[in-house]
Amino acid sequence: MTTKLLTALLLGTSILGSAGMAYAQDVTLNIESWRGDDLAIWKDKLIPAFEAKNPGIKVVFAPSAPTEYDAALGAKLAAGSAGDLITCRPFDKSLELYKKGNLADLSTLPGMENFSDVAKAAWQTDDGKASFCVPMASVIHGFIYNKDAFDQLGIKVPTTNEEFYAALDKIKADGTYIPMAMGTKDLWEAATMGYQNIGPNYWKGEEGRAALIKGEQKLTDPQWVEPYKELTKWKDYLGDGFEAQTYPDSQNLFTLGRAAIYPAGSWEIGLFNTQAQFKMGAFPPPVQKVGDTCYISDHTDIGMGLNAASKNADAAKTFLTWVASPDFATIYANALPGFFSLNNTPVKMEDPLAQEFVSWRDKCKSTIRSTYQILSRGTPNLENETWVESANVINGTDTPEAAAKKLQDGLDSWYKPAK
Amino acid sequence: MAAAPKRPFRWHIVVFLAPALLVYTAIMILPLAGTLQLSLFRNIDQAQVFVGLENFRRLFGDPNWSVNFWNALRNNVWFFIIHMLVQNPIGVLLAALLSSPRLRFSAFYRTAIFVPTILSFVIVGFAWKLILSPLWGVAPNLMDLVGLKSLFTPWLGKEQYALTALSLISVWQFVGIPMMLIYAALLSIPDEVIEAAECDGITGMSQFWKIKLPLILPSIGIISILTFVGNFNAFDLIYTAQGALAGPNYSTDILGTFLYRAFFGFQLQVGDPNMGAAIATMMFLIILGGVCVYLFLVQTRLRRYQF
Repeated sequence: MTTKLLTALLLGTSILGSAGMAYAQDVTLNIESWRGDDLAIWKDKLIPAFEAKNPGIKVVFAPSAPTEYDAALGAKLAAGSAGDLITCRPFDKSLELYKKGNLADLSTLPGMENFSDVAKAAWQTDDGKASFCVPMASVIHGFIYNKDAFDQLGIKVPTTNEEFYAALDKIKADGTYIPMAMGTKDLWEAATMGYQNIGPNYWKGEEGRAALIKGEQKLTDPQWVEPYKELTKWKDYLGDGFEAQTYPDSQNLFTLGRAAIYPAGSWEIGLFNTQAQFKMGAFPPPVQKVGDTCYISDHTDIGMGLNAASKNADAAKTFLTWVASPDFATIYANALPGFFSLNNTPVKMEDPLAQEFVSWRDKCKSTIRSTYQILSRGTPNLENETWVESANVINGTDTPEAAAKKLQDGLDSWYKPAK
Repeated sequence: MAAAPKRPFRWHIVVFLAPALLVYTAIMILPLAGTLQLSLFRNIDQAQVFVGLENFRRLFGDPNWSVNFWNALRNNVWFFIIHMLVQNPIGVLLAALLSSPRLRFSAFYRTAIFVPTILSFVIVGFAWKLILSPLWGVAPNLMDLVGLKSLFTPWLGKEQYALTALSLISVWQFVGIPMMLIYAALLSIPDEVIEAAECDGITGMSQFWKIKLPLILPSIGIISILTFVGNFNAFDLIYTAQGALAGPNYSTDILGTFLYRAFFGFQLQVGDPNMGAAIATMMFLIILGGVCVYLFLVQTRLRRYQF
């Protein structure tokens, strides 16, 4: 009953929404999205730029609330009232839509050659043969630091583990600042900003991630346990009562200038720029020894696909090709610092912090979060368990080895890698 | 009676019962039957297939599910015990104090203590998270004032304290309900009974224990069963304060949050409505069992007094 009501409501809104355009001869494309925050950017920057180049195609950006997006989109697709262009969540959620035939195959779309395989992996079938969304943006992990604090204490930006802990020790000994702003209350901070942030340096990014999916490596192997051993050392540098410190607490601790280092994702840049009253810098996860190759988590987060039932498929493809172009990438990445274009053509960005983050792509190898592709389809869910275990390791509830064993046992219980 | 003339069928009974019966069936009985039915099916290749008790076999036989289930049940029992040991005695005590004729401003106290009950869980969860926050909370400062700073720990983040802390927050929120019910029961005790007791020389504390308490026992029974049902259906407070993963390390996971994760999924975990329905069925059976024990073993033995 509720789905019928919802469908009726959605149908109603889509009819009302399109009524205004009925006079124009132009083709109108509707974009489905959960990024309500980006409405102004689409309306004022992206859509005018596209329409100026492509007369005859009108584009409407119609976002819904993030928590309702998946359900609302599903209902609209089922009712045939969904927009022509669909903003894609990474991995399984979009893959499911593709398998149901809701998303069109875009493997041959002009412009797809602008993206690397890692960038496309989030919106491909498991065998990598078909791509169904154009990658739009990714977020990069690293550490944001308080530059004023570093200058005041005479600390150089650390590049190796040794320097990293030396810097933390120095901040702790001085006592003015909390060395590192992170809490374990919300669990995901420990996993995403901790484990997935520093981990790629140990499991060698894509190499380890692929081997894990193939079953050649186990989470109990040293390269997967080592990051947990590092996390146990972090405990001493976190603020008092970090066990009950939430994610917004950590953000505030850092932007109020009370903490020196913040294990970060690049999505923080926009917020931190407006809130922090001090100079900020960023450094990539430190490597084990001088000269080691560095790896960064450059996690694909948002893409755009074509509704397979769209009546304006040609116009929509023109739009997607534009989304795949460097033009789009430049506008998007500058409007949303911290959401980086996945385009192979380097994008010139104004924001210094964002520039710093994206510069790591040149010297480090990119990978995505190890738990996202394929490995989080079953019960127990590897991603969720990683949250719990990462927090356990920092809290001292579990040893790194015990945590790794729990995760691997859980994975083994349902995941049988293809031989 | 046998000689009485045959009466016409009394249609008005059916007509008067119908609205309540229809509404209750539509919003309670049908969804309940739907849940029970859903728990006997599994989604195999996009189709619901009848699998009998397979979901329950998995829930209890597969360690990936059973460990979480027993953990949630254990936590839930502890949650209930705290309510029974703290909330209800305090509720009775407050009601006894409020009903004392010498207490001034009793209307104010009554309202103040009852107000948290009508607050949203979201507000309660958020407010207490802030109060207990080791960074900006007032709890560490207040404890410092009385020289107990050393006793402060980040309770909500510690595995051994988090559940108890949350139970006490819930007690704080809901202590008004037993207070109100007992208060009403105490007021309904006729003055003659009290006067008779006073004539017999029973006053003060012994009057409470010997006269009033036996008279409010049925109300205490009702409160116990309400607490039981409420606690085993609880979800909101844990969800708002600790999130759906009920951290740290599932130490605050109760049946409600376990059901939520299974049914709706969380983050990358995809929801499994069939397993969720199996858990919901277990919750239903547990509550049903508890209520039956109360109805048949406890309530029948409670003596009621008619005045």
